[in-house]
Amino acid sequence: MTFDINVILQQMPAILSGAAVTIVIWIVSTIAGVILGFLVATGRRYGGFASDKGLGAIVDVLRGTPFLIQIFLLYYGGPFIGLSLDPVPAGLLGLTVYGAAYFSEIFRSGFDAIPVGHIEAAECVGLSRSQIVRRILLPEMTMLVLPPTFNMAILLIKETAILSIITVPELTLTVSAIGSQQYAFVESLFLLALFYWGLVEIASWLGHLAEQKLSRFRFNNA
Amino acid sequence: MTLPAIATKNLVKKFGTATVLHGIDLEIPQGKVSCLIGPSGSGKSTLLRCMAFLEEASAGTITIDGEVLGFTESAQGVRERVSLATNRAIRSQIGMVFQQFNLWPHMTALGNVSEALKTVHKMSRKDAEDYAMAQLVKVGLEERAGHYPAQLSGGQQQRVAIARALALKPKIMLFDEPTSSLDPELTGEVLNVMRDLAAEGMTMVVVSHEIGFAATVGEQISFLDQGRLLFTGAPSEVFAKPRHPRLEQFLDTYLDRGASMLL
Repeated sequence: MTFDINVILQQMPAILSGAAVTIVIWIVSTIAGVILGFLVATGRRYGGFASDKGLGAIVDVLRGTPFLIQIFLLYYGGPFIGLSLDPVPAGLLGLTVYGAAYFSEIFRSGFDAIPVGHIEAAECVGLSRSQIVRRILLPEMTMLVLPPTFNMAILLIKETAILSIITVPELTLTVSAIGSQQYAFVESLFLLALFYWGLVEIASWLGHLAEQKLSRFRFNNA
Repeated sequence: MTLPAIATKNLVKKFGTATVLHGIDLEIPQGKVSCLIGPSGSGKSTLLRCMAFLEEASAGTITIDGEVLGFTESAQGVRERVSLATNRAIRSQIGMVFQQFNLWPHMTALGNVSEALKTVHKMSRKDAEDYAMAQLVKVGLEERAGHYPAQLSGGQQQRVAIARALALKPKIMLFDEPTSSLDPELTGEVLNVMRDLAAEGMTMVVVSHEIGFAATVGEQISFLDQGRLLFTGAPSEVFAKPRHPRLEQFLDTYLDRGASMLL
């Protein structure tokens, strides 16, 4: 048996379609996860004791269980509670919620890292609470949380591979199917590794660009 | 007789079980510079922060130009919260300057000064920035309008912070140790801006370790120690013949350090 990557590459249209599904699912669930995570962090900080504890418990469960199990439960267990989803919506929902749990923790530490005086100064000039969140906290936090947020987004790229087990037609499912057909397991896994690595490199590079753009705001004052 | 700019009546502040202010009765006169002095932990910053409603007093009242800030209190000691809108209107008469400047790092100097004009006062971007620029001219920083806080020296940051407060046309300016986090070389530029402001007749309350500033610009000096107001009077009374032994001891530490020439 020889290592012949061409066996796989012959099926390029199918691979590209799988890659497109992976990228779309990743981008949509990362953006949705960031937004949901921000809402959760804000709810925990400003929503009072019950909201903090309730959301905190959900976040703990999501962070304390493997994504593989979560997505299984959502897809195969969902129908028992009337939640029957097709693979792609289930994958999007699962990855968004899973990501949001981690993003919310990033934002929570971001909130804590903003000097309280910046909020007091905003109060003193008459900004309302929602204006303080939008005009002061959100932009200041963006600079603080950018590196860990990109890091989490990169982890999510790789978690998309798990969606293959609920038959989301993403790259891992597509390429391993081709591999099984052609008895080219090593080639297919090698190609998959290359693809995810390439995508991670691109995402890191984007994150680096964004950090550089924001670096002029760096806190170097008290 | 005009109302005092700020009057505190039996003001008490507790943090948990610790009482930081033990019933402060103080009147801040209109159009004058009042200084709060005292050792660290004496409660002078807490008193100032109560006046800015950054701390909610535990008991007692604060009136700004005769209007009650935060909580009303009946003769029986029943406290009732002032409506949010009213309280906001009262607070808008007060400008606050912090020890740590507290500029927003993601906005330029001009952005910091114009922010509330745009978001709170709904001025157009151009009007807000024109007016903000006039405030930066006033503190001598028009050339730094486009700089971010991280690109400014401490003294410049504090002057931007003063311009930010002035942009809202406050009737009273509160300064919480405005020069304490600056090098000695940079304190002068901030104190000069404050002197100009005093000369314009702004009502100012200054918490400061700058005894020299208090002696030369201050018109009313209040001395606090361990949460109690021990003395309030004109600078001449305070510095010429300190009567209270604790005040004498406090001032001696400054004289020891050669600050006597400032007095």
